[in-house]
Amino acid sequence: MTRSRDDGMFRFTTAAFAAVVLLIVIAIGVELWRQSFLSIEKFGLHFWTGTIWNPVSGQFGALPFIWGTLYSSILALIIATPISLGIAVFISELSPQMLRQPLTYLTELLAAIPSIVYGLWGIFVLTPIVRKLELAVPDPLKKLPLFSGPPLGVGMGTAALILAIMVVPFTSSVAREILKNVPMAQREAAYALGSTRWEAIKVALGYGKSGIIGAVMLGFGRALGETMAVTMVIGNNPQVSASLFAPQYTMAAVIANEFTEAADELYLHALIEIGLLLFIITIAVNALSRLFIWSMQKRTGRTVILRPAAIEEVAA
Amino acid sequence: MTTFLIDTGTPRRIKAPVMQTQINGMASPAEARIRVRHFDFFYADAKVLHGITMDIPDRQVTALIGPSGCGKSTFVRSMNRMNDIIPDAHGEGVIEIDGRNIYDGGTDVVELRRRVGMVFQKSNPFPKSIFENIAYGLKIGGVRNRRQLSETVEKSLRRAALWDEVKDRLNDSAMALSGGQQQRLCIARALAVDPEILLMDEPASALDPIATTKIEELIWELKENYTIVIVTHNMQQAARVSDRTAFFMLGRLVEYGETNTIFMNPREKMTEDYVTGRFG
Repeated sequence: MTRSRDDGMFRFTTAAFAAVVLLIVIAIGVELWRQSFLSIEKFGLHFWTGTIWNPVSGQFGALPFIWGTLYSSILALIIATPISLGIAVFISELSPQMLRQPLTYLTELLAAIPSIVYGLWGIFVLTPIVRKLELAVPDPLKKLPLFSGPPLGVGMGTAALILAIMVVPFTSSVAREILKNVPMAQREAAYALGSTRWEAIKVALGYGKSGIIGAVMLGFGRALGETMAVTMVIGNNPQVSASLFAPQYTMAAVIANEFTEAADELYLHALIEIGLLLFIITIAVNALSRLFIWSMQKRTGRTVILRPAAIEEVAA
Repeated sequence: MTTFLIDTGTPRRIKAPVMQTQINGMASPAEARIRVRHFDFFYADAKVLHGITMDIPDRQVTALIGPSGCGKSTFVRSMNRMNDIIPDAHGEGVIEIDGRNIYDGGTDVVELRRRVGMVFQKSNPFPKSIFENIAYGLKIGGVRNRRQLSETVEKSLRRAALWDEVKDRLNDSAMALSGGQQQRLCIARALAVDPEILLMDEPASALDPIATTKIEELIWELKENYTIVIVTHNMQQAARVSDRTAFFMLGRLVEYGETNTIFMNPREKMTEDYVTGRFG
């Protein structure tokens, strides 16, 4: 009697904890909305598309920040994904046993470095290097929108690079964990049919595909919200530009930079609305990637092997 | 009625070279598809196969039996050098297929594995469609022609007695098939690259009796065209499907001969004890 009541209690308690997670998400959303209603009322959907950010005249448009955040994160993803997969494949499939542990440890060490340290390194080491590279870009290429503008060093390119470096340990750790969990039988099946080593690795990657996409999306989520290091190297200039040379701005960076200066209420509400947008975009990106993974699993008829434990281990 | 007794590592039993020509009703060396001579295998420093010598005849089913850890799986995986993917494992001695030692330095392992197909204990389809599973071996072999792929897929599935069950859903995931169907899919996948020899490592041990019967019937049909080596834990299965049986114990080949002889009239006490279920 008492023991079955304990079961009920246990169930209730854990359910309550689970509910708290959901409640916190909802509460954050509601609070962000409440604290930004002045800006929402005044600008409506134009807030998403406006390109002018002028606190003095009270004009607020978030497009440059949305652009900066998405562009820098996507660039970081493009740079970091092949590197991360390369690291994961090397550690789990090719590296001598002796090197595996040290390499794993070193990549994970990258994740432990505080963001501000990355930022300082970005300013003092990476920015001068990027500037030299920008100066070396041949003139014909400078006609392309990607390489237009003065070579300042600080700007989108540097921000994307530093984001990529910060994302690599996350994506590669999860991808490595995924590959480790691909059953040996899959590789054996490939070898038995006359696969080369590379072909067998492709089979393993294919088996872990949904998990690896999850790993990449995890990295993307990290890049979207990253604040400090990016703020220090991106140049903090609100403009929508395709150029890697151009100083730009991100949503997280503008909140961090201007929150303390937001003297009037509309300004404050506009900044919080940017927080709301970031919140919405992050949730949307996560939901979309979930949906994508889910539909892929339905096609291949297999459950995901992205283990939450792997992510927690990395995030810790 | 001769039981073919081969090198088991103890000097008393080294009779193989003398007896090879005397096997009646079995493969004479000329018909042997796989010739194994003094083959040893090591995992790091541990020697797990000791001087195996035997001839495996063409287009027959040869069963390898013996208690767990006797080396029969290691042995069958040596015949397509599947063990190469295990770090620190290596084989010494001779395994000749069609007159060429596969343990020679110049052997193209990828090519070897296409000629010597393998089916594993646990079915291991790729998480792809039924069609893509069968076509995989062809595709990595460079076949791109859609029609050729379709024809081979159908032929292989028919040979594996699976065609009628899956012909209307070739684009469905192979993971949705039942265990027995998955195992026949794996057999079809192995057949698709047109091997000459088929190695089966306990192919039915994870299946229910009905699915097992189907696999056994299939093995019986396949031996018309393929040389089959099957590892099995199940002695009734060895008795049902094989022409010849080899009994392994502690990494040595204890006795090898016609299946009937091994089961009805074994020469070695150890073999008799094992096949009558006194140990194992």
